[in-house]
Amino acid sequence: MAGIKVFGHPASTATRRVLIALHEKDLDFELVHVELKDGEHKKEPFLSRNPFGKVPAFEDGDFKLFESRAITQYIAHEYADKGNQLLSPGSKSMAILAMGMEIEAHEFDSVASKLGWEQIFKNFFGLTTDQTVVKEEEVKLGKVLDNYEARLGESKYMASDHFTLVDLHHIPVIQYLLGTPTKKLFEERPHVSAWVADITSRPSSQKILV
Amino acid sequence: MAMKVYGNGMSVCVARVLLCLHEKETEFELVPVDLFACHHKLPSFLSMNPFGQVPVLQDDDLTLFESRAITAYIAEKHKDKGTDLTRHADAKEAAIVKLWSEVESHHFNPAISAVIHQLIVVPLQGKTPDAAIVEENLEKLGKVLDVYEEKLGKTKYLAGDSYTLADLHHVPYTYYFMKTCHAGLVNDRPKVKAWWEDLCSRPAFLKVSPGLTVAPPTN
Repeated sequence: MAGIKVFGHPASTATRRVLIALHEKDLDFELVHVELKDGEHKKEPFLSRNPFGKVPAFEDGDFKLFESRAITQYIAHEYADKGNQLLSPGSKSMAILAMGMEIEAHEFDSVASKLGWEQIFKNFFGLTTDQTVVKEEEVKLGKVLDNYEARLGESKYMASDHFTLVDLHHIPVIQYLLGTPTKKLFEERPHVSAWVADITSRPSSQKILV
Repeated sequence: MAMKVYGNGMSVCVARVLLCLHEKETEFELVPVDLFACHHKLPSFLSMNPFGQVPVLQDDDLTLFESRAITAYIAEKHKDKGTDLTRHADAKEAAIVKLWSEVESHHFNPAISAVIHQLIVVPLQGKTPDAAIVEENLEKLGKVLDVYEEKLGKTKYLAGDSYTLADLHHVPYTYYFMKTCHAGLVNDRPKVKAWWEDLCSRPAFLKVSPGLTVAPPTN
């Protein structure tokens, strides 16, 4: 059996999203390293796996996928009976989950990724952090986290009383932001702070840190 | 009781939900929200969507926002009627639909929405479009459409040989885009053009498109 393979980079937030899901499900897999600094993701053979030239790409036997949030959802459904439950049964509960995933993708990630880029990844490439952008994006992130603070006052996790894909999708970017001054935005909000401490201390969240 | 959708037919994200409701032949009530009067920022609306955006869906005691979460819910709830929008019966096919839905969400949408914002929304605010933003995003959009051109040479629709949410989510922004002077980006790519014309021929589209009334300035 060919098994599960993830084509990505261990530092990439999108790759980590998939790896965390695989660990939550106790699944064996192989991480095939894609050397981003050599532009391997923008060339063949990687482009045949993802024509958009982004990590990760994924294989389960001869079934192929890309887009990290499509991959995590496939893992959560296909291996529903293994490891930790990452979904919420019932159409209304699944709808709340879907809504939470959309909020993470459109409201949270768009802002949080910019803060990660400015404060961490730019340094890898020898570029300078633009503090004006950081200030602007922190204001936006603050508003999103105000909504999260209200939400997490009502339930322990974002979409349910148990950990689901919605919480999982946030982990990689949050882990990076905790290493920057932006972490104060999480610390200032008690429910958000407790949630962050909880989701980043899960064994699967720890396993993917290099 | 029929589902309620809060929003207006001219909004791209509302239209996405309306298309889905029509594809699923589902009754609903459209409750207009006066965006110009900022009713979407009032506490009564924010209690439904704290991000202050349309659409919002109410189905009995369920309140949902985020258009793509709403379409997923409608498609799942009514999976046994109307068009099969999610290929729910097979986990791998369902994953492929999700994949191309993610592509729309993360690759197509940011580029096309930036162009539409500059060419249609900004003039409505009495300001001048930023040509640099338009050019940058047209370039990104062109690259996405190159990938689509190749994919649509292999399958009739983005996620396979039947119409799904992956195609549906593209429709409202593309409809507005085709009213701008940059429609060539679609028309110059034969497979993308044929796919677009097919999407426009669907009965659900013909019901929703009259509501998509905003247009770029004619000067």
